Amino acid sequence: MSDERRIERRAAVAELLRERNDLLVVSGLGSPTWDLMAAGDHDLNCYLWGAMGAAATIGLGLALAQRERPVLVITGDGEMLMGLGALATIGVRKPPNLAIAVIDNEHYGETGMQRSHTAGGLRLDALARDCGFDRSDEIRDVDVLASFRERIHAKAGTSFAAIKVEAGDPPRVLAPRDGIYVKHRFRAALGLASA
Amino acid sequence: MAATPNPDSSWQRQLFETLKGFDLRHVVYVPDAGHAALIRLAGDDPEIESIALTTEEEGIGYLAGAWLGGERGVLLMQSSGVGNCINLLSLHAAMRFPLLMLVTMRGDWAEFNPWQNAMGQAAEDAMKLMGVRCWRADHAADVEPLAAGAATMAYDGDEACALLLGQRLIGRKEWIK
Repeated sequence: MSDERRIERRAAVAELLRERNDLLVVSGLGSPTWDLMAAGDHDLNCYLWGAMGAAATIGLGLALAQRERPVLVITGDGEMLMGLGALATIGVRKPPNLAIAVIDNEHYGETGMQRSHTAGGLRLDALARDCGFDRSDEIRDVDVLASFRERIHAKAGTSFAAIKVEAGDPPRVLAPRDGIYVKHRFRAALGLASA
Repeated sequence: MAATPNPDSSWQRQLFETLKGFDLRHVVYVPDAGHAALIRLAGDDPEIESIALTTEEEGIGYLAGAWLGGERGVLLMQSSGVGNCINLLSLHAAMRFPLLMLVTMRGDWAEFNPWQNAMGQAAEDAMKLMGVRCWRADHAADVEPLAAGAATMAYDGDEACALLLGQRLIGRKEWIK
């Protein structure tokens, strides 16, 4: 019998962000960006409001430029599906400080809750494993999520998690939508020149 | 089918040295015969992170991320890849970061494969529609100064800048069976 347990998405993201320390975070457009903001605004959050399909590769570039820090990409199943090739590209290079967490509600939450390919049976965690990620899991309970979070901070290998969440519709918590502001704030927090 | 390597590819080595002078740290690419020398030079350089992509749009996200982390890169592609990038160029419009692209042209001169012509002919206009500054080199002597100019405007101005490398420069791609 298939495992139908699911985590509430805001609780899942809050757990991932707990005691974040030097963690750098990129969020994919739509619900993951609201989830990240709901967990607490932070200078080292890069919120996307567009560029669908690019969250994972932004994380890859960031992880290879900031090798001492853990980098976490939090995105949705629909956003990840638009950039599946990125899993292959990341799996070849495998920065040990990069983790991708797909908040997988199996639906396109911003456009009317249409079913995504993961509702049709696609296993993103299996795909990431085949692409060469050091560790890839489907996660359905908070305890397993806690160990994923520990691996992120250990920077011990490229990690992927398909976090199965309820297809609820928590209130939108709008993140800053000015990308230039977010970029300057992020870079300043890393001690980089802002121009 | 194979590419005829241009016997005088010294401009490619010069181009690499010029980019290195801009503190280039990342070379990301979808392979093209016209970029082969540059890809090889980047791959052999321990100071350069050299990343093959499955599609060109990955390079736009990658370079945004690298810049967010403080480092500069360049995206290499063929003109057909320009079409793949269009929506992702909105990432540059929204965040502004140095986006330097070197585009080897197909379908613009002596092209044997008509399937290349539509995107090749539209590539420059398509990029301009998305706010990319474009320059074009058809002669080896123009490559270095145009690349240096594009890199300056990208890295000093957070602009999206593309240098188109014409088929007359790269050499006619021959059909060999």
